Amino acid sequence: MYDTEKLGTDVNQTETKISARNVQVYYGDTHAIKDVNVDIDAKSVTAFIGPSGCGKSTFLRCINRMNDTIDVCRVEGDIKIDGEDIYDKRVDPVQLRAKVGMVFQKPNPFPKSIYDNIAYGPRIHGLAKNKADLDEIVEKSLRRGAIWNEVKDRLHAPGTGLSGGQQQRLCIARAVATEPEVLLMDEPCSALDPIATAQVEELIDELRDQYSVVIVTHSMQQAARVSQKTAFFHLGNLVEYGDTSQIFTNPKDERTESYITGRIG
Amino acid sequence: MPLSWLVLLVLALAAAGYFIGRIRVLKLAGGDIRALHSLPIYYGTNVALSVAVPAIAVLLVWLLAQPTLIERSVSGMIAPEMIPEGSNLNLVMSDVRRVADGLNTAISGGAMSLAEVEAMDATVVDVRARLGELGVALGQDVRPEVLAAAKSYRSAAVTGNTLRTLIVLALAGIGFGISFSKTKPDYRARNVVERAVLALLMAAASLAILTTVGIVLSMLFETINFFGLHNWRDFFFGTTWAPNFRGDSELSILPLLWGTLYISFIALLVAVPIGLFAAIYLSEYAGPKTRAIAKPLLEILAGIPTIVYGLFALLTVGPLLVNMFGQSGSLGLGWMSGATSVLTAGIVMGIMLIPFVSSLSDDIINAVPQTMRDGSLGLGATPSETIRQVVIPAALPGIVGAILLAASRAIGETMIVVMGAGAIAKFSANPFESMTTITTRIVSQLTGDGDFASPETLVAFALGLSLFVLTLGLNVLALYIVRKYREQYE
Repeated sequence: MYDTEKLGTDVNQTETKISARNVQVYYGDTHAIKDVNVDIDAKSVTAFIGPSGCGKSTFLRCINRMNDTIDVCRVEGDIKIDGEDIYDKRVDPVQLRAKVGMVFQKPNPFPKSIYDNIAYGPRIHGLAKNKADLDEIVEKSLRRGAIWNEVKDRLHAPGTGLSGGQQQRLCIARAVATEPEVLLMDEPCSALDPIATAQVEELIDELRDQYSVVIVTHSMQQAARVSQKTAFFHLGNLVEYGDTSQIFTNPKDERTESYITGRIG
Repeated sequence: MPLSWLVLLVLALAAAGYFIGRIRVLKLAGGDIRALHSLPIYYGTNVALSVAVPAIAVLLVWLLAQPTLIERSVSGMIAPEMIPEGSNLNLVMSDVRRVADGLNTAISGGAMSLAEVEAMDATVVDVRARLGELGVALGQDVRPEVLAAAKSYRSAAVTGNTLRTLIVLALAGIGFGISFSKTKPDYRARNVVERAVLALLMAAASLAILTTVGIVLSMLFETINFFGLHNWRDFFFGTTWAPNFRGDSELSILPLLWGTLYISFIALLVAVPIGLFAAIYLSEYAGPKTRAIAKPLLEILAGIPTIVYGLFALLTVGPLLVNMFGQSGSLGLGWMSGATSVLTAGIVMGIMLIPFVSSLSDDIINAVPQTMRDGSLGLGATPSETIRQVVIPAALPGIVGAILLAASRAIGETMIVVMGAGAIAKFSANPFESMTTITTRIVSQLTGDGDFASPETLVAFALGLSLFVLTLGLNVLALYIVRKYREQYE
C-alpha cells in the first residue's frame, strides 16, 4: 500500500532539535508545569506519558505557543528550537506554528473539501506558485498521510464526510502540507478504533525520517511501539526522560516504575 | 346556584377528595408507604382530578352551549314581520336578553314575585317604566312579543341553570365515588396522574397551534370575501394602489411589495455588516470583560419598542437626512424634500435589526468548535485568517439563517415605516422619496371610517395574508438552513 521504505534510524547519532530549560507554566494561580528540562532529538519520535492532568499536553502546547491563545496561561523559562528562543519577542507565533505543526486529540478537519483542507496551509503561507504546484503539494501530503489511495477519487468531497481514522490521517496530512520541521501530536489516536490506530501509528513511524515527532499518549503500549525516547510527567514535573527501551524495562525513578506497572495513574 | 358558587363547590370537593384519597390509601396500607404502588400524593391527586376534571369540563361545554340553544328556540318566537324597519333579529334578540335580565333582577331583588312576572302583560303595564324603576334601562318601549320572548328566555335560562348545577354536582360525585373505590395500595395512581399531566401539556401545545390555524383561517375567509368583490388580477398584477372610498379602487399589492422589499433591503444593508462585524468582534476578539459589558448593551437595542424607533426616525434621522440631502442641505443636492423617505425608514429599521443579527450570529460563531480554530492556528494561520477562512465559512449557513430571520422581521415591521417611510405607493428606485409598505397600508385601510364589507377595507386581509405567506416562507427557509447547519457538528 505504501511505497515508503521504513528507515532504521540509529538512536545514538542524533542532534537536538528542541531544548527546554527551566520551563514553568502557570494557569492563573495554578502551577501546571514545574521546572521542566528536556532535549528532544531531531528525526525521531519522542513520547510524553503520564497520568491525566500531569501537564504533558500543556508542555506540548508550549512548543508551538498554542498556549498563547489561552488568556490566563503564562510561560516562563527557555524553549529553543534549533538554538533559537521561541519565546523571544521577535518571534511571531504565527510563523513558529508554520514550522511546528500540530495534530489534535479529536480529528478536526475544516468543513471544506479534502483538497481545500490540505491546501489551506500552503495557500496561507504562499508555498505554491500555481495550481499545478498546489496539486502536487496536495498529492504529496496525502501520500505522506497514507490516505491518498482512499481519497484520490473524491478530493472535492467534504473532509468531514470521512471516517474518524481517515479524518485523523487527513489532519496529519494537512499538518505535513506546510512542511513543518516538528510535528506535535496530542493524543492523536484517543478517538480512534484499534485498526485506525494501527494505521496512524504506522504513519508516525514513517514520518520520523523527515520530522521530529513529539507525541502525547495515554497508551503506554503505543509509546513503546512508536517512540525512540520517552518522557514521564507526573504532577507537572518531568520525572524521567530517556530511551524508550530503558524507561519501559529499567526505569530509574520509582514513580515511573509505579506508573508503568499500573500502581499509580 | 350562581356559577362562582358552583365552581368553588366543585373545587372544594376536589380538595376534600385529595385529602380523603391520601388518608384512605395510607390507612389501607397500614401506614407503610412502601406498600403503596405510588406516593400518597398521587392517590390524593387522582381523586381530586376525577372529581374536578369531568365536572369542570361539562360545565365549560354547558356554558358555551346553553345560550346558543336557548337563543335558537326563543328566536323562533319572533316572526320576521315583527322586526321593525332598520333593525334586525340580532338587535331584537339583544333587547330580549336585556328584558330577561331585568326580570331576573326584579325577582332576585324581591321587587316582583315570580307570579307577578308571569302575569305581566305589555299591553297593560309600561314594562320600560317598571324596569326603569328597578335600575334596568331600556332603549325603547317593550313590545308584547319581546316581553313574551323574554319571559320564555328567562324561564329556559333558570331551568338550564338548575339542571347545570345538578349535573355538574352529580358528575363530581360520581368521579369521587369511582376514584375512591379504586384507591387501593396496588392501584397505579402515579401513572394516571402522569397521563393527566401529559394531556395538559398536549392541550397547551395544540392550543398554540390551533390559534395559528385560527388566525390564518380568519384571514383566509376575509381574503376570499375580498376576492369576491375585487378582481384578483388587479390585486396581484396591477400597478397602481389607489383606494377610493366611493368604490372603483385600484388595489394592487405590487407597489406596496416594492416599497416593503426596498425598505427591508436598505435595512439589511445597514444591519448585516454592522451586526456581523459586531458579532465577530464580540465572539473572537473581545475579552471576557468587554464581552460581558458590550453584549447586554447591544441587546438593549432589541428591547426598545419599535414605536420609539419610529419617533427616532421621524424626529432625528429624517431631519438629519434632509439637512444633508435636502434643498438647502449641507451637500446642496436638493434630492430630498421631506423627512419621510425610504432611506429614513431603512436606516432606522437597520439599527433595530443590528442586535438581532449580531446576537444570533454571535451564538452561531460561538458554536463553531474550538478545535476548528486550534486546527487553523496550529497550521500557522493568523486569527484573522482563521476567522475569514475557517470560522465564517463554517458558520455561514447559520449566519444566512440569521439574516433571513432578520429579513422577515424587517418585512413585517410596522411602526417604523408608519412613521418614517411616508404614505405614497409607487414604483421608484430613488431612496430619498417617500414610499409605503404593506404593513402601513393594512393599518390605514383598517383604521379608516370605511364600510367593513367594502373591498377597500377587506384588502387589508388579503395584504395581511400575502405578508404572512412571505414571512412564513422566509422563516421556514431560515429554520431549514439553521437546522441543517446544526447537524453538521453532531
